Amino acid sequence: MAVAPAGGRLAPPSGRMAVGHRKTPRSLAFLGLLAIVPSVVPIALLVVVGVESGATTAGIPIRRLLELAISTGALTLATTIAATAIGTTTAWLTTRTALPARKMWATLSTIPLVIPSYVGALTLLGASGNGGALSRITDAIGLGTLPSFRGFWAAWAALTLWNYPFVHLLVAPVLRRSAVVLEEAARGLGASRGRMFATIVLPQLRPALSAAALLIALYTLSDFGAVSLLGYETFTKAIYAQFRGRIDVSPALFLSAVLVVLALVIIVAERRIRGRAILHSRHTGEPTRPIPLSRRAKVLALGFLTLVTLAALGLPASVLGYWVWRGASQGIPIAGVGAETVRAGLAGFLAAGATIAAALPLAFITIRHRSRWSGWLENIAWSTYSLPHLAVGLAFLVVAIRFVPVTYQTLVILVAAYVAMFLPQGLGAAQTALRHVQPALEEASRGLGVSPIATFRKITFPLMSPGLAAGAAIVFLSVMKELPATLLLRPTGFETLAVRIWSAASESLYARASAAALVLLAVSSVPLYVLVTREPQ
Amino acid sequence: MKKVIPLILALAVAATACGGSGAPEDLSGGSLVLYSGRSEELVAPLIERFETETGISVEVRYAGSGELATTLLQEGEGSPADVFWSQDPAFAGAVALAGMFEPLPDEILDRVPDRFSDSQGRWVGVTARARVFVYNPEAAPAPPTDIWALTDPEWSGKIGVAPTNGSFVAFVSGMVLAEGEDRTLQWLQGIAANDPVIYDGNSPIVAATDAGDIAGGLVNHYYLLRLANEQGSVTAVNYSFPSGDPGSLVMVSGAGMLSTATNRDEARRFIDFLVSDEIQAFFLSEIFEYPLVEGAGTPEGQTPLAELPSLDIDLSDLATTVDRATELIAEAGLT
Repeated sequence: MAVAPAGGRLAPPSGRMAVGHRKTPRSLAFLGLLAIVPSVVPIALLVVVGVESGATTAGIPIRRLLELAISTGALTLATTIAATAIGTTTAWLTTRTALPARKMWATLSTIPLVIPSYVGALTLLGASGNGGALSRITDAIGLGTLPSFRGFWAAWAALTLWNYPFVHLLVAPVLRRSAVVLEEAARGLGASRGRMFATIVLPQLRPALSAAALLIALYTLSDFGAVSLLGYETFTKAIYAQFRGRIDVSPALFLSAVLVVLALVIIVAERRIRGRAILHSRHTGEPTRPIPLSRRAKVLALGFLTLVTLAALGLPASVLGYWVWRGASQGIPIAGVGAETVRAGLAGFLAAGATIAAALPLAFITIRHRSRWSGWLENIAWSTYSLPHLAVGLAFLVVAIRFVPVTYQTLVILVAAYVAMFLPQGLGAAQTALRHVQPALEEASRGLGVSPIATFRKITFPLMSPGLAAGAAIVFLSVMKELPATLLLRPTGFETLAVRIWSAASESLYARASAAALVLLAVSSVPLYVLVTREPQ
Repeated sequence: MKKVIPLILALAVAATACGGSGAPEDLSGGSLVLYSGRSEELVAPLIERFETETGISVEVRYAGSGELATTLLQEGEGSPADVFWSQDPAFAGAVALAGMFEPLPDEILDRVPDRFSDSQGRWVGVTARARVFVYNPEAAPAPPTDIWALTDPEWSGKIGVAPTNGSFVAFVSGMVLAEGEDRTLQWLQGIAANDPVIYDGNSPIVAATDAGDIAGGLVNHYYLLRLANEQGSVTAVNYSFPSGDPGSLVMVSGAGMLSTATNRDEARRFIDFLVSDEIQAFFLSEIFEYPLVEGAGTPEGQTPLAELPSLDIDLSDLATTVDRATELIAEAGLT
């Protein structure tokens, strides 16, 4: 394959056959299989239970299952489209334009990710309806009260607002390093801005965009908190109803198996859309030149960012603040949550590290050594991502008790479950990072007699690190707010912030729940700020 | 990477130091592992009091009662738990039916009227929560006469239900025991046809009722009292259905000792503590539930327990109808 000339930023794609289909080294294959073990656990259990229970639908008529599939599909599609559009826009505005205070906006565009969907949904309910905090404001200015936010549009808004930062976080690093020279050349040759975007920018974004869209779609399948609180019927809600209302857990697990099939359809469809594009850019550390905005464009851009921030961050934060204030004014004591914060942070760190470690070999197998079986490794990871966390937690509970009792109720099994639940977040980021590493660099290093491991350490890993850091941050935040599996698997007494919020909210002690939720928001914002404002090296 | 490792170590040390209830220092009084379906917010002060009074350290695992019952059934004989305290009679019943509880001594069982405990003494009732109809007098001048009246067109589109919530399922399980499957399904279908507003839990129903978004709903009694405590005052009112009506099911939270318990004396002492006068008074004043020990009082503004209609059922039997109740709820299209 041709080595890009010194001034070049983008490799010619001619060498892709040679790169994409090299035989997988045995040690890498072993690491890849090891990395996928946590993701296999829940699916294997679902298959066993499905067979054992004789595939009963738990008295739920087939017609109802179809209705659920349709309502779930509609929400998934609408959420994915909206979140992808919003996240791409915020990423582009904050990385490529001369927007005032863009680091601040970049941070604000990612913070909504730290809001657990059940907390967000709770604040949507708390804002609307007759007694709602927002209703009081609209009523005071003569607009009347808002109707209760419920149903499809409420669930769509909640899942979009608190998930679009996935797209922002995955797309922004790509935009930051994309080949500006090519864009300028296209503009210089007379291409319109729109044409340039379609022919130069979009193809480079496609892998990141499609990974992000898949994250959103499958998360929507797995979400329980938002749809349940906002009264919208989905598959996952039906699964929880079966679990909560029964002593026999097999119907809930059987329905989860049906959900995996639904997820596989989406995963395979995404694979088709993504195609086989492999792009390698060499990022040079040269800062991209920001695109100047006209006064009108600036007003529009700031208006858009303000609106999104107000809805995704301002609304939940102010409703939570209102609840804390209301409780405090009734003399309700607010307990400290320092220990819970440290525990959540520890779990987040361990899980983020383990997930990135698992994602790395899988990224190499699926990008540098693509084959039929590597595709299945990816499919397994993504299918598990679509499962309700309750099902994943149950699977690890059963496996730990029966096969590895030493790990039961320890951080080991908890972290393994986190890896299973969030691997695609790390994998998507690692794959995107690796796609943008020029294989010629690695080959040159190998050609000079440097070992594969040293090449990885000195060349590939440093180039991937900004993308990996973004992936680690996403996993960290997901773990901070994870609840159902944490409840089942944590060491006894290992209460995290999410557990504290649930514990108070389930007793309708809103003041205490809100105080803990505000701490979660504040604490999670710190790593995000560091990550987002760090310049690429 | 080099910076991250010390940070993780520091966090690990800090987390161990913050172990809280997870790793209390060794007290001479022994220790106890409690699986609590009651939330930490409610019972932590009580656990602290027990630890101070007895010197026994309690390691508590908090989660939903359903999660804990499932966990116990999976753990089987290897369970580390000594005591299971369930929020709900059905899940205490499930563990009892699996033969995992050891019958409690009479000194403990005699503290509480028989109808609030397992008929074979495998778990004892600790507190009771009453199902009520919460309504807003400004939106609905009079409450319904009985639970069947809620299927009348008068209530169409006006009431809130939380069909997948544990308490609702427990109430339907009781209805199956008391009225039979056909009548229960008929009622559920009547409710489903009456365009109810579906909620996730009791608490949003109470909030929506108090705000006037809906006229009323089927809930547990104490949510209104807690809302009043947090908000200062409320408009909504709790109403108990008249005698024999399954809509006024009394649901108890119950505690039992695992037959595989290793800390048996401590476990008995803890359960005994739960039904002591002192702690029964705590339940009344702090979490607004009905104490079960006679003469311990009644939550403010509520019908006394003795006057509440009792369904003629063994509470552990709720475990045998809960799965069927969930199926009927789904069949009626209420999930």
